[in-house]
Amino acid sequence: MSALVKAAEKEGHLNVITLPSNWANYGAIMKDFSAKYHIKITDANPEGSSGQEITAVQQLKGQSRAPDVVDVGTPFAVEGANDHLWAPYKVATWSNIPSNAKDANGDWYADYGGYVAIGYNPAKVKVAPTSFASLDNPAYKNMIGLNNSPTTAGAAFAAVYAAALANGGSFGNIEPGIKYFAHLKSIGNFVPTAIGGPTTVQNGTTPILIWWDYLLASEVKPVVPGFKIIIPSDSSYASYYDQAISATAPDPAAARLWEEYLYSTTGQNLWLQGFARPIELPTLVSSGTVDKTAYAELPPAPSGALTFPSQAQQASAENVVSQNWATQVGS
Amino acid sequence: MAESTTQAGVPEAVSSGTLPGRVATSLRGTLRWLGVLPFGVYIALGLIAPTIAIAIASFKSSSGGFVKPSGGFTWSNVDTALHGTYLLGLKTSILLSIATAIVPGIFGLLIAYAIFTAKRGNLLRQVVITASGVFANFGGVPLAFLFIATLSTTGIVTGWIKDISGVDIWNHGFTLYNAYGVFFVYMYFQIPLMVLVILPALEGLKPAWREAAQNMGAGTWQYWRYVGGPVLLPSFLGCLLLLFGSAFSAYATAEALSGGTIALTPIQIGALLNGNVLAGQENLGYALGLIMVVIIAIVMIIYAILQRRGARWLR
Repeated sequence: MSALVKAAEKEGHLNVITLPSNWANYGAIMKDFSAKYHIKITDANPEGSSGQEITAVQQLKGQSRAPDVVDVGTPFAVEGANDHLWAPYKVATWSNIPSNAKDANGDWYADYGGYVAIGYNPAKVKVAPTSFASLDNPAYKNMIGLNNSPTTAGAAFAAVYAAALANGGSFGNIEPGIKYFAHLKSIGNFVPTAIGGPTTVQNGTTPILIWWDYLLASEVKPVVPGFKIIIPSDSSYASYYDQAISATAPDPAAARLWEEYLYSTTGQNLWLQGFARPIELPTLVSSGTVDKTAYAELPPAPSGALTFPSQAQQASAENVVSQNWATQVGS
Repeated sequence: MAESTTQAGVPEAVSSGTLPGRVATSLRGTLRWLGVLPFGVYIALGLIAPTIAIAIASFKSSSGGFVKPSGGFTWSNVDTALHGTYLLGLKTSILLSIATAIVPGIFGLLIAYAIFTAKRGNLLRQVVITASGVFANFGGVPLAFLFIATLSTTGIVTGWIKDISGVDIWNHGFTLYNAYGVFFVYMYFQIPLMVLVILPALEGLKPAWREAAQNMGAGTWQYWRYVGGPVLLPSFLGCLLLLFGSAFSAYATAEALSGGTIALTPIQIGALLNGNVLAGQENLGYALGLIMVVIIAIVMIIYAILQRRGARWLR
């Protein structure tokens, strides 16, 4: 570790990409890392997407401004591994990461994420929703929104997946989730705007918003007094982003030190303070090193081990949603 | 342009007639081409090169991975782009664009005619023209949000209508969140755009033609049927094609209003190229882009033909 610190400090520089400073507490994380190791961080394209991260790794290859590390959605992490874009690396706490949330070879590893949750503004929503089934209620007419289109946004796609699980579907069968939203749309409950967020909750366009628990907690709760977040009782669907080190990183040591830092107790708690659930949260809780105030801000996680769709299931579900969302939910 | 070049160049060469004069002329000709060069470079880099890149990527297999230079030739991208939800997207895009060209085209023409008949220097006329310039350029997510804030279920205007008439328009079939809603919102920038592009054509109608027609006993209907209408028609159709292009390529407004529940090609391309859900299908996005390029190319060719006809009278 001390050799790694030395090598990283010698490089003195780290290129990260698409990390918004107000997202998952990345602003504080980058600042603390820089101060601790005297490593200057360049954050390229903070508002970019996973797809743009991959493009940058490929196109800037060999340049000093190429990304050293990425933070991408799992399909992108896997595709990147298939294309040999990543350098395998196993952090010191590797064994605390569930085996279904990492690549066995160490190409990529889940970092933080959360559960699909239902957030609502009690001032406008008189009957508290508890589950996906409970949203089928005439009292919620013109109230329920997703953050975006499930053909574009990971969160909205996850909401459809979660709804499928609540309606007799499975990781291999997302169809019931599409049917569920088509039904909500046909009874007038579902408002299909693609700009769901704090604003649409505030102005009443979507007083009920289905989104990641950590984004409801970090983006909506602070601006909507009394805002409530629940994980639907009939479905628990979690998704995590992944870390990977670029195989062609211009600052390879700094990149590895960054990963060690992110998976340290400090790094994990910093994510938690940004309302994101760090992947090693169960370890933090059982060892008593968790930041209790931050932990209390999130709705309690459902019991049971994390389960994720396989890559094949995920890819097939993506195609099913892309092909059927407009035809079934639109009218 | 070629015509004006010879007209401007020839008399000078004839009048001077001497050798230095001729050299100066050919030098001037070269300089003219130099002047066009930056635009040529701009077109090559900004239009031709990307179009070729899109065309090449459209026929490359991505073999489930990201765009790779090694991907072999395939028809499958274009094939997928012409089936299922993507075919529906193309149909809906074209239909929506036609509707949002014709209806605002007619409204825009009427407004432009009203401005045209108003006196030059009239304050209202100036205000309408300036405002059209502003509104025609207002779009994207801000435009969608403007309508959501005013006309959604909890919007301000919806509330006013309810207070005044007791009618909640949302309970009577009004919505912003389907193709009709998008059509309604597009009128916001399409009508002013029509006003701006058709006004020069209207101003090209010479008062002398009308006076001549009247002297020969033509009424208003006959004037428009035999003189004004035929002169204006190519320009009017050309303007409709422009509106078609404007609606066809619009993206963010429809996306924000529909959340992907309307199949529209630009939204599908966005999901394939920039989205966080579909990975490794970029080449399908390029294929959809290529089809859009082809459609727009056809529209532009028709536009050019119509413009040539329209320009015969409106100089």
